[in-house]
Amino acid sequence: MKLAVTILTIAALASVPLWLRDPYLMNALITTGIFIIGAMSLNLLLGFTGQLSLGHIAFFGIGAYVSALTSLGFDVGLPGGFRIVHEPWPPAVGFVLAIIVAGLCGYLVGLLSFRVRGAYFVIVTISFAEVVRLVALNWVELTQGPLALTNIPSITIGLPALGSLTLRTKLQNYYLVLAVAVATYLLISRLVHSHFGRAMRGLMENETLAVSVGIDVTKTLTLAAVISAGIAGAAGSLYAHYIRIIDPEVFAFINTVTMVIMVITGGKGSLAGPVVGGLIFGLLPVFLRPIMAPEAQWIAYGGVLIVILFVLPRGIVPSLAQRWAKWRSRPHAAGAVSFSERDVKENA
Amino acid sequence: MSEFLQHLINMLVLGGTYALLGIGLTLIFGIMNVVNFTHGVLYTFGAYVMFIVVHQLGVNFFVALPLAVVAGWLLGAAIELTLLRPLRGSDIDTTMLVMIGAWIAMQSGTLWIWGGVAKSVSTPFPEAPLVLGPVSVSWLRLFVLAAAALLIVVTYLLINRTKLGCAMRATFQDQDTASLMGVNVDLIYTSTFAIGSSLAAAAGALLGPVYVIFPQMGDLAAVKAFAIVILGGLGNITGAVIGGFILALAEELGAGYVSSGYRDAMGFLIIIAVLIFKPTGLFARSERVG
Repeated sequence: MKLAVTILTIAALASVPLWLRDPYLMNALITTGIFIIGAMSLNLLLGFTGQLSLGHIAFFGIGAYVSALTSLGFDVGLPGGFRIVHEPWPPAVGFVLAIIVAGLCGYLVGLLSFRVRGAYFVIVTISFAEVVRLVALNWVELTQGPLALTNIPSITIGLPALGSLTLRTKLQNYYLVLAVAVATYLLISRLVHSHFGRAMRGLMENETLAVSVGIDVTKTLTLAAVISAGIAGAAGSLYAHYIRIIDPEVFAFINTVTMVIMVITGGKGSLAGPVVGGLIFGLLPVFLRPIMAPEAQWIAYGGVLIVILFVLPRGIVPSLAQRWAKWRSRPHAAGAVSFSERDVKENA
Repeated sequence: MSEFLQHLINMLVLGGTYALLGIGLTLIFGIMNVVNFTHGVLYTFGAYVMFIVVHQLGVNFFVALPLAVVAGWLLGAAIELTLLRPLRGSDIDTTMLVMIGAWIAMQSGTLWIWGGVAKSVSTPFPEAPLVLGPVSVSWLRLFVLAAAALLIVVTYLLINRTKLGCAMRATFQDQDTASLMGVNVDLIYTSTFAIGSSLAAAAGALLGPVYVIFPQMGDLAAVKAFAIVILGGLGNITGAVIGGFILALAEELGAGYVSSGYRDAMGFLIIIAVLIFKPTGLFARSERVG
């Protein structure tokens, strides 16, 4: 049942370019897809370990900058008279490096901040993102500062029979983003249902109990942060090579907030949550644009976030899943209810 | 040397308003356990009230200042009553996200109504600065320092010498026991949020005329307030005052001797450093207000 829904959704999304010809909408779908990948990575931390990272855009932006600089090349001086000269490499290498470097940053932030939890973790992650933004803004020799990195090449992929293909059009980028999004979804799905995933959720629900049965807190949480940051870096790389221009504004706090809204409204801790929330909030501006000024759109954005937290505090997908389960199990009381309760049954 | 003295003078002026911001946030964060993302908006709000009252209503500068404080108090009470009271008892992430929603909506509202162009608030102070030997300081900045110092003292007395302050400290230490002793906890929460908000608005109303005012001015102010609170320890008013001056000193020295581009990075670096080495803050005795 679940598999059928997943396959049907992927098929429906894959068919979109066949009937949708509007380039503006295609563009919105591609950037939304990239942000959904970011939101899925955020959900891994927020939904499955309970740690709210409000600096998540840092990993996204680091991925974007690493990937762009790898494929553009750079020449910077370091203190002490050293110079690093880097010749341009193919964007695909940049994509891989983006994941690695973002993952390493995730490791550092994970190590530092899992010493502090809750509100302090949130503030550390915000601070980390702001420091990275200020470095991107002020290290002009490397990043061009506010002048932005321009002319970032599109991703080229080597195909066995057809030679190499450079992904320039919206259609090609749409399928690239869709492929990475599906891969991310499957990866997170596997992770969550593995031993590691149960360890994460165990920590979230009852840390003392989880520790008492031998779960290593630091290792589990740091690994989750590394994987989450790596995926966000991949999304950033896709963004850089699609938009082809990157400036320090990519680190803006509002971009993190957008991802958080996608996760919370869709339903944190649910695999499909970020996808549903992402489609709603990624495409909401498209429909609001003709009827509202941009500032009014943001007011609506903030308002919708508040309303959803009040009305559906658990998010759209878990709430609907609960209704559906209730409706299906009307004659008999047994039936899957909530995420955690179902897991208790599975593990029992 | 004279350059260093000048940095110290600037530090005093900045530090006073930072301390106001920090005290407001440390009360809210410490007593209510709410990560208040609207703190920066209240700062912006105070500055815009000054602009409206002085320029659009033509009221005297010195009358406008208390009006801004009162307006901040009212807006803070309204936010607490509509958004936070119904969510009492829900987890810290939920209230934080609701505060983020309120912050986005209010900041965009400011942008919508007054536009993104920076505005300046005119003041009755002379242009020529006061020159004291090698250093100079404008009369406006001196006034800002004096007003901030006055507000800090008033808040300190309010927390430590009045019945309301006593009830606030009791609520911070143990909410249930305070409630059993007849403290109206709901009223304390609303008062705390309103007082904290009015202090943020006061900081904005004082610092707005020194610089220029624009809708996003509060974003950095909010993060700086968080840095001050973490530096001084949760709920610690004296810590917040000292933290405000330390942050101002770090910014002045960072901007003067490292690079002006990294001035605003100082707050974030302080947050990260404090949380790594001394997560309870520099002045934490025990967790209490005052």
